[in-house]
Amino acid sequence: MSKEPVAVVGIGQTKHVAARRDVSIAGLVREAARRALDDAELTWADIDAVVIGKAPDFFEGVMMPELYLADALGAVGKPMLRVHTAGSVGGSTALVAANLVAARVHATVLTLAFEKQSESNAMWGLSLPIPFQQPLLAGAGGFFAPHVRAYMRRTGAPDTVGSLVAYKDRRNALKNPYAHLHEHDITLEKVQASPMLWDPIRYSETCPSSDGACAMVLTDRAGAARAPRPAAWMLGGAMRSEPTLFAGKDAVSPQAGKDCAADVYRQAGIADPRRDIDAVEMYVPFSWYEPMWLENLGFADEGEGWKLTESGVTELDGDLPVNMSGGVLSTNPIGASGMIRFAEAALQVRGQAGEHQVDGARKVLGHAYGGGSQFFSMWLVGSEPPDA
Amino acid sequence: MSRDIAVIAVAQSDILRSTAEQSEVEMLMPVLHDVLDRTGLKTADIGFTCSGSCDYLAGRAFSFTLALDGVGAWPPISESHVEMDGAWALYEAWTKLLSGDADTALVYAYGKSSPGSVRDVLTRQLDPYYVAPLWPDSVALAALQAQALIDAGDTDEPALAEIAARSRATDNPRAQLRGSVPQGAYAVRPLRTGDCPPIGDGAAAVILAAGERARELCPRPAWIRGIDHRIEAHGLGVRDLTDSPSTRLAAEKAGAFERPVDTAELHAPFTSQEVVLRKALGLDDSVRVNPSGGALAANPMMAAGLIRIGEAASRIHRGESDRALAHATSGPCLQQNLVAVLEGDPR
Repeated sequence: MSKEPVAVVGIGQTKHVAARRDVSIAGLVREAARRALDDAELTWADIDAVVIGKAPDFFEGVMMPELYLADALGAVGKPMLRVHTAGSVGGSTALVAANLVAARVHATVLTLAFEKQSESNAMWGLSLPIPFQQPLLAGAGGFFAPHVRAYMRRTGAPDTVGSLVAYKDRRNALKNPYAHLHEHDITLEKVQASPMLWDPIRYSETCPSSDGACAMVLTDRAGAARAPRPAAWMLGGAMRSEPTLFAGKDAVSPQAGKDCAADVYRQAGIADPRRDIDAVEMYVPFSWYEPMWLENLGFADEGEGWKLTESGVTELDGDLPVNMSGGVLSTNPIGASGMIRFAEAALQVRGQAGEHQVDGARKVLGHAYGGGSQFFSMWLVGSEPPDA
Repeated sequence: MSRDIAVIAVAQSDILRSTAEQSEVEMLMPVLHDVLDRTGLKTADIGFTCSGSCDYLAGRAFSFTLALDGVGAWPPISESHVEMDGAWALYEAWTKLLSGDADTALVYAYGKSSPGSVRDVLTRQLDPYYVAPLWPDSVALAALQAQALIDAGDTDEPALAEIAARSRATDNPRAQLRGSVPQGAYAVRPLRTGDCPPIGDGAAAVILAAGERARELCPRPAWIRGIDHRIEAHGLGVRDLTDSPSTRLAAEKAGAFERPVDTAELHAPFTSQEVVLRKALGLDDSVRVNPSGGALAANPMMAAGLIRIGEAASRIHRGESDRALAHATSGPCLQQNLVAVLEGDPR
């Protein structure tokens, strides 16, 4: 049985900032959607369905906001689905939308993810006390720091690697006009001198809290043929989940992440990801997750990921650029962060990434994860359509 | 490309006014075991899993993450979640099976309304800048709709009372309100307590399978002949509350009007909403509406729509229906609606 090939023909995002006080939630999402439609040179009437995602509703204090956003996204009279898979949601949302096209349920789908974190406080939105359950230790950093520490102990990585990632990603962000943090005076020494928040994670090695939205127009082969600009073709996509808490879980390199990547590579015919994939946009909210995910995704052998980072391979002009856009470390509207990774991968293979374009990027991986490293979603996009 | 996909197994919990002694996972686990036992499948045999629930009912962010532990997602599974009624999780799973990525899917949904005031909680669904700060609750909004229907001559209070009485005259052992239930005092005019759904906690699960796999696992699969969902504007002032164009459109796209159905399971939490839905769907008295009692007998938020599909499928499994319509709704005054058409093999 053959699936319909899925093409990305429109991408739009907002300029991500700490607080968009000039727009409502509806105004924010409409801005990104409008830009994606403009990129595809389509109108609201060309869209058959809308698939929307965001992280917890407590971040804005609106329950099931898709109901309220139906008008703003031109969804009235159309199907509208709302996806929520924790931090991986931006990626999962794109995959659910892509499946509507692949299954030939709809020809052209608008998918969008957003977070307007300035409406509330994300740390406390994540920390509502529930009787008899482990608290999240005051935000995500407290949860993930011990796993970073475990990675360092397991691999013998020197404690300088995390700051290299942060320094690289913040410099990459300077080339991305939509990135939240534009630290023009960034230096490695400044990263290393920033306060320790959750040892070994320093302030400059953490993601900001952003307002922002990202949207894509996904379409079928016929839609791609009509598109005014090059399409990015989905070559593989998968989601994997594993339990939050159990004795067999490897929190440093979760099995669900390995399985998810393997499924994507199988679909896309990738034998050796290090050789066959040109660049990666991965979900790195704390800098140490770059070397950790390099291993989890099969770009480096176990214990070797930090060596790729340290040797400059993941720099924008390196052999395997990682987070060309500046990544989650520079821009984090949580619910949208996964979709931004997916969209940046698509921008790269379309040759539309501007100053942070990687020359000759033909196959690029977009990656997202969420929860306690338990939800994974990924897609691999290419500049050429999949083999018929 | 087209694949036949069927509901092959259904399970649900008793719907209770309070489950204070149970966590969501404890409420859900027996239902998951039940639905898997009906097919002999294990978690590892399932190709795709999708769930529906809502953080706001649970009172905590990422509430679904712990429910996943109850599924036993190890080795890791292909899984997704909608922050919607489980009927939409079923829709996502149906598209996943259609694309050929999986041959079987587990869909589950749950909700506990008892810990908070669900009328207050649902106000947070409204436009956060202009409407939600006024706290108009779900019963008040439904009463606006009911009054509009009465003013239009589409129904009257005695007719609404008849809908309530028929809904609760069910032999469904899982229902929360059964038997002779008084219509009660006015909650918000013109709706009496009897016109409103009970507040309850509950969970439901469904297994889908494609093609021959469905025939292997179920003696009489409930084939999904069509399924579609549509949304309307959020602002109540721009909608005709006496009609449901989104339901009609979803039904048309799902093929509901191609041939008559013998059964309809409608997700109408208020008696007045059944009037709207009957009109939108063109259901006459020859159709058996809500033999399960519907949402007026038990309305566990986030599971009630999935239960409608489950009840319709169960009647096909048991040979009590050949072609059934199932409906789910979300949002104030029937804002978003899903319609599925299920059929059994000819007998």
